[in-house]
Amino acid sequence: MSPWQVIFRREFRAYFATPLAAVFLVVFLFMSGVFSFSMGGLFERGQADLRSFFQFVPWLFLFLAPALSMRLWAEERRLGTIEVLTTLPIPLWHAVAGKFLAAWFFSLVALALTAPLWITVSWLGDPDQGVIVAGYIGSAMVSGIFLAIGGFVSALTKNQVIAFVVTIVACFLVLLSGFPLVLNFFRDWMSPGAVEAIASVSVLTHFNSLMRGVVELRDVVYFASGICALMVATTFVVDWRKSA
Amino acid sequence: MRELISANNLHKSFAGLHAVKGVTLQVNAGEVVGFLGPNGAGKTTTMRMLTGFLDPSEGSVLLDGFSLADDPLAAQKTFGYLPEGAPAYPEMTVREYLQFIARARGIARREIAGKIDEVGARMHLRGVLDQVIETLSKGFKRRVGIAQAIIHDPPILIMDEPTDGLDPNQKHEVRELIRAMGSTKAIVLSTHILEEVEAVCTRAVVIASGRVVFDGTPEEFELLAPASVTRNRMDYVFRQLTATAAEVTL
Repeated sequence: MSPWQVIFRREFRAYFATPLAAVFLVVFLFMSGVFSFSMGGLFERGQADLRSFFQFVPWLFLFLAPALSMRLWAEERRLGTIEVLTTLPIPLWHAVAGKFLAAWFFSLVALALTAPLWITVSWLGDPDQGVIVAGYIGSAMVSGIFLAIGGFVSALTKNQVIAFVVTIVACFLVLLSGFPLVLNFFRDWMSPGAVEAIASVSVLTHFNSLMRGVVELRDVVYFASGICALMVATTFVVDWRKSA
Repeated sequence: MRELISANNLHKSFAGLHAVKGVTLQVNAGEVVGFLGPNGAGKTTTMRMLTGFLDPSEGSVLLDGFSLADDPLAAQKTFGYLPEGAPAYPEMTVREYLQFIARARGIARREIAGKIDEVGARMHLRGVLDQVIETLSKGFKRRVGIAQAIIHDPPILIMDEPTDGLDPNQKHEVRELIRAMGSTKAIVLSTHILEEVEAVCTRAVVIASGRVVFDGTPEEFELLAPASVTRNRMDYVFRQLTATAAEVTL
């Protein structure tokens, strides 16, 4: 096993050592059901697709991804185990990547458990499977970017509650910058180019095009480069503040 | 004897506080160095610089010939480290934790069970291997920390207060273990207990206000006390050495 796999395995199992995993999965599935059926009108719309589910995914992850990421580094600092971890003969970026991937994989498990929705619409109608696959890719990307933000914030503090709250705010900002309401506000007094720039850093803009079934290179590049940049930043922060 | 630890002129400053002011330390294989000093003297900071947890503001560390600054992974392979307070992941069982450390240290998969058996027997952890670390007593937690540090049989051992929180019997056992390992390894341990230095160390290094104020054998240390002092001679010397150092900085 290479070092990142060792870290990944420990971190992934750590979720199941506490009730966190069970609570997270139950809340995620319950809320995704409530959103899709009551608010999204999965049945009432009379269309065989998962749009009514996917459109709420970023909002679900806004609150649930920080719950997964808050402990990643803050807990190591609080327990002092960071001193054991960072003096092991493994490159620091392996530890950063292993922890992030464990949290991400956990969120993918949660997403996979929404498959009954997919099965239901496939059984009831004849949905465009490509659009659904693109929607799941988009959902995975959103959780990835939120967890990467959360990992970065977690590296800055030893208090998990602070990590949780600050991560929500940070994720909210990158989500909101693509919201029509916000963009309209800017549109009144900014050049179209500037508005375009604000919209382009938004998670929502890129997620929406994936949700419509358009898998474009620039959206994938946006999420992948965002996650990588945050990984690099996290590595620096951990190294810089590990003993603080 | 092979020189395993070579720390040169280590300095460490934290935002305005000059915690360590030029510590130089050479330790050979077969030496057990007792690191002494009042609280806040810079013992833990120095040990953290020896393991690469803290980067020194100035100075360099060579571990078994590998530079901690230039080749950290090779240097970090050479030692086992028990940090202050023996931290461990509370939700893991002792066996899971030791497996994790063994894997991270690159021990081959087929050897891991044997290694855990071996350190489990050495540290008397066999009965608690499948117990969650959170539920262990302080003494057991400390022994898990030591087990974690020696599982890969490193040539260098760095331990911050290895006997803290142990009862007299456990203290005795850990000292025996350290003495046994000391014949081949270079060991640095910090302690507040002066008798411990007499019992296990071949060398005492006293640090006060970030400077080394004594470096010699425990016997030499004791001889610094005037003949008129008959009881607690080491305590007397310790107080003399650390009090003068503190005055100098004032």
